[in-house]
Amino acid sequence: MAAAGLGLCRLAVLASGPGPLRAGVWGRLPPLAAGSRRHAAHFTFQPDAEPSAHGQTQKMNLFQSITSALDNTLSRDPTAVIFGEDVAFGGVFRCTVGLRDKYGKDRVFNTPLCEQGIVGFGIGVAVAGATAIAEIQFADYIFPAFDQIVNEAAKYRYRSGDLFNCGSLTIRAPWGCVGHGALYHSQSPEAFFAHCPGIKVVIPRSPLQAKGLLLSCIEDKNPCIFFEPKILYRAAVEQVPVEPYYIPLSQAEVLQEGSDVTLVAWGTQVHVIREVATMAQEKLGVSCEVIDLKTILPWDTEAVCKEECFLNLEAPISRVCGYDTPFPHIFEPFYIPDKWKCYDALRKMINY
Amino acid sequence: MSEGDALLPHLCPVPQRVLRQQQFTSLEEKPQFPGASADFVDKLDFIQPNVISGIPIYRVMDRQGQIINPDEDPQLSQEQVLKFYKTMTLLNTMDRILYESQRQGRISFYMTNYGEEGTHVGSAAALDDTDLVFGQYREAGVLMYRGYPLDLFMAQCYGNTSDTGKGRQMPVHYGCRDRHFVTISSPLATQIPQAVGAAYAFKRDNASRAVICYFGEGAASEGDAHAGFNFAATLECPILFFCRNNGYAISTPTSEQYRGDGIAARGPGYGIMSIRVDGNDVFAVYNATREARRRAIAENQPFLIEAMTYRIGHHSTSDDSSAYRSVDEVNYWDKQDHPISRLRHHMLGRGWWDEEQEKSWRKKSRKRVMEAFEQAERKLKPSPQHLFSDVYCEMPPQLQKQQEALARHLRLYGEHYPLEHFEK
Repeated sequence: MAAAGLGLCRLAVLASGPGPLRAGVWGRLPPLAAGSRRHAAHFTFQPDAEPSAHGQTQKMNLFQSITSALDNTLSRDPTAVIFGEDVAFGGVFRCTVGLRDKYGKDRVFNTPLCEQGIVGFGIGVAVAGATAIAEIQFADYIFPAFDQIVNEAAKYRYRSGDLFNCGSLTIRAPWGCVGHGALYHSQSPEAFFAHCPGIKVVIPRSPLQAKGLLLSCIEDKNPCIFFEPKILYRAAVEQVPVEPYYIPLSQAEVLQEGSDVTLVAWGTQVHVIREVATMAQEKLGVSCEVIDLKTILPWDTEAVCKEECFLNLEAPISRVCGYDTPFPHIFEPFYIPDKWKCYDALRKMINY
Repeated sequence: MSEGDALLPHLCPVPQRVLRQQQFTSLEEKPQFPGASADFVDKLDFIQPNVISGIPIYRVMDRQGQIINPDEDPQLSQEQVLKFYKTMTLLNTMDRILYESQRQGRISFYMTNYGEEGTHVGSAAALDDTDLVFGQYREAGVLMYRGYPLDLFMAQCYGNTSDTGKGRQMPVHYGCRDRHFVTISSPLATQIPQAVGAAYAFKRDNASRAVICYFGEGAASEGDAHAGFNFAATLECPILFFCRNNGYAISTPTSEQYRGDGIAARGPGYGIMSIRVDGNDVFAVYNATREARRRAIAENQPFLIEAMTYRIGHHSTSDDSSAYRSVDEVNYWDKQDHPISRLRHHMLGRGWWDEEQEKSWRKKSRKRVMEAFEQAERKLKPSPQHLFSDVYCEMPPQLQKQQEALARHLRLYGEHYPLEHFEK
């Protein structure tokens, strides 16, 4: 797993540093050719204000806020276990650092490399009454577990007449574009699960949101999938309460009131549309309502009008998303629904 | 080395459960690889899979019900053995009646257990009542052994108001929380990794409870089976994997299902203690399950039992097996090697049963089944409101709206729906 966005100065440090792996004769790389610097991120993370309602806070990035939620859970729930590929040493994104040492190898452990096994095993742990937190290493690899999620986890309570359930299962997976992830480290597969009754699908926009929403997913008595925007793991930093707190599921949040256009997004894209709202105000004098959906399923239909409001719409609803192609590598800057594409869609809508 | 090892020259003696890494040293030419604990060899030789004289089949009784080796007699009481017999025959009777009821259009679907009653009862008897059972769909005898009443079997098949499953699933998808039998689901082998997870939770709980997971030789081809075996071994779970190898997966014979030595031979590949038993010998099934259960809990490791048997009936009421196998083949198993006959011979030999009791029990059990059947058929189905509950723990607003929409729809269009069969 490579880190996002290496800058020129870091390349220079690697080339000249000491150590057994130094490049030697090959170490002096030629100066960076013009125009070959890697593209900067397509958004600016907008932190929320430090909350005062939940006690002492600490500066945390997204992966640290996840660790904090997991730490709170293992501390309070003796049945809780965390498992998946590579979680024991801390995880490929550092979300489980320190937890195995603190809570024991029977509670934070590696599984064999098998997503269908990870989710199936997690369902069984939950059926037996314990809290199961399963990690899928990348959302792109969730598909082998699709049968266990859709045919089993989602239907466990319904098909048994509520004799059995796997409500204490939460599946976590890194999600979304990261700048260089290409086909298999960038996917946002929530749409595949969005019409599967029986599970919940949640995507946070920030560390503060992530901890509160993840804790709600773990508490929730239904199996939940929690997608974590990987591009925010290090880039998003906020003051996050150290103690547990809960943000309700299936409740969208209006981040900004507006009267002309409604913008709805989740995860990283929330920061894109916040910027688009500012651009719309400055360049077009248009007042935007900005909504973070947070829970994809069951989603907050009240907050976002649909067929009941059809006759009230002054323009057709616009979807701005990636193209109908697999997620490309070198073409990512052209692929993603960046602020210029969102702004253009808004502009067309205003002029409809 | 035991006799078993001598018959398996090309498989290593059961390896240490956890591969111990060699002391890391460059002084000797010993393998240092983390991936295997083995010596070097300088002769090129492929290991030949042994399917001609495969893993031997453990049995206690011969086909006439005589104990072969008295040391292996489980020495069960007459009462215990009678319970085995009565459960197997009651299951058989229930199967006949419910199969027939499907042919007459009274229930939508059914799967019989003919020929495999021994695998159910022998294994169920060897478990504790609170051991958790994950099944496939052909294990009704396990639930029956645990005392699940006839009217609840029927209720589920009819989907009536007494069905604790609330009419949600096709027939034979039984479940019972109180008897620790997880509700059946149609997808094959999905229960295998789930059973492992439950066993892991039991281990953490120090519950002295085992999990048993049943599946057929066909389901064992699924990826979930591989996943379950590997997880159980690496995570050291107290679980029994019980494979009913009955010769067919619908129409697919075992020769088209696998090319190795059945399912038992896969166990050692995962580091799992394994045994093959005569599934039509209820005492062999009992002994193997009992010992496996004891050790699984004591040693926190999985055990694989492959019970060889034969599916005498069709796959289901949607199948006519004369399309792919001969009547002679089926008759052989029905007449010459049936778990119920073998146990009956044994009981007759012991003076624990006779023709009078046989006649009387047949009449009585048939009457019980018919009564339950008639009652089940007369009951209403649950209210259509139950279409919407239990999707989530709490009913979300969208579903409430849909529930209300259906209620409104039925007020206007109710005549086009079979409302008279349903509770209000």
